[in-house]
Amino acid sequence: MRSIILDEIRTIALDQNKELPELIGDVDLQGLGFDSLCFAILFARLEDITGRDPLNAANFTRFPSTMSELIALYEETVV
Amino acid sequence: MSDAPNLSRLISAGTDRRVIATRDYTFPLDGFVRASSLGPSLMDLEARSVILVVRDMAKAAAALIDLDGCARRIVLCPPGWDVSRLASAARDSDVDALVYDDEDAPPPIPVDVVARCGLPLRELNSPRPASHETEWILPTSGTSGPPKLVVHTLRSLTGAIADAPPRLWATFYDIRRYGGLQIFLRALSSRSSLYLGAVEESVLSILARFGDVGVTHISGTPSHWRKVLMSGAGRRVDPDYVRLSGEIADSALLSALRALYPRAAIEHAYASTEAGVVFAVNDGKAGFPASWLERDGSVQMKIVDGSLRVRSNWRAMRFLGENTSPLADEDGFVDTGDIVEWHGDRLYFVGRRGGIINVGGAKVHPEEVEAVLNAHAAVRASRAFARTNSITGALVFAEVVLRDEHRADAACESDILGACRARLPRHMVPAGLRFVSDLPITEGGKLARRG
Repeated sequence: MRSIILDEIRTIALDQNKELPELIGDVDLQGLGFDSLCFAILFARLEDITGRDPLNAANFTRFPSTMSELIALYEETVV
Repeated sequence: MSDAPNLSRLISAGTDRRVIATRDYTFPLDGFVRASSLGPSLMDLEARSVILVVRDMAKAAAALIDLDGCARRIVLCPPGWDVSRLASAARDSDVDALVYDDEDAPPPIPVDVVARCGLPLRELNSPRPASHETEWILPTSGTSGPPKLVVHTLRSLTGAIADAPPRLWATFYDIRRYGGLQIFLRALSSRSSLYLGAVEESVLSILARFGDVGVTHISGTPSHWRKVLMSGAGRRVDPDYVRLSGEIADSALLSALRALYPRAAIEHAYASTEAGVVFAVNDGKAGFPASWLERDGSVQMKIVDGSLRVRSNWRAMRFLGENTSPLADEDGFVDTGDIVEWHGDRLYFVGRRGGIINVGGAKVHPEEVEAVLNAHAAVRASRAFARTNSITGALVFAEVVLRDEHRADAACESDILGACRARLPRHMVPAGLRFVSDLPITEGGKLARRG
């Protein structure tokens, strides 16, 4: 899941002319320099891949702030 | 009122071999002097409010000629309406008679008189009733919400039609929609023959028939014309005149038609069921000259909150039914809901007010995105639409039909999206493309939009 998400983040950054920080360890999502449009596209693409929109799930409570929280969202909902 | 113009009088002036033809039927226009598609039962329909529920377009055309001047009202129902919609239109129009053509039972609508129309024409044994100025009840196209019923007369419907010599007219439209009805009336006014498509007939079959008789004047929506381009059989016809109406004609489509029909006059017209025919543009470019806002005469235009408002002598009288709003404002202007934007000395249609996609508070007209997609060399047709999104509320996505020689792959997608990024603000660039082989169009000939 991590590599799928990283791929999508890199593609979106390229399309949207955003310079990414190095994506190592538990990246802080705010540090990506993404605005809401970039995040909207990221979640739409991940929904296409996984078939899930965790932000819209009944058990959704908090927007993820780090990469590990983001990955966890999808790993939880994939079950 | 006995000298009011009506269709059977209008066509009786010509005695040549004019016809109206679909795939399944052909009938002569000089046959209406002593015959009718309704036979003797035409007499029972005098002064009635008649709902016309006819599947075949040739029969519908014949019934319209018969009923104008005879009935008090004709309610035109496009094919495909279900019983509840028919019943509601009948109620709103105080219908007391039904004309149908089906071999099956007529639709269950409570009326006093039921008559079946058919072809060939059947003899009349007394002169046709022709003393009424019939009200024509048309449904709006319903691009935003369920259709409303508007009231026209033959005068308002033909007001914008100038005198013209006989042609061989053809249309992809259904004549029970405003755009198709205009062509029907144009053909009858100019003593022309008219060739029509059949419901669910393929564009290949229609083009072959039009080509075989050598039609000279053809009308359709931009979606119809894109289908002609996609069919690869566009050269089956060789028209003198090509007319587009009912949707935005973008410059990519106009150039493609110019290349296909180098000797044809190509015109895109702007009209609505409520406002009537507003103008036609024949300089080959999309949009229209902004100086037309200054024009006086039978049609005037102004822009309020981005939306085009039109005051016309040929507009519909009013809406029918309960809880309807006034059709025009106090000054007689109809708000078309069509949003226009200035670019230099020209005005361009960018979309419908009701069709806006809201991406995180930024407004997107799908038609604007489609215009950029369609301008790409690989794209034949496209449809932009909203997909709900938990962060921005919605995102723009698009479906794309490629031109034959282009392959649907990642490189192509990225090239098309790159062109969008170069020309559109970020929030308007599709977040993803889907390649499709065809895009559905509605029975009204317009691109089928979701929701």
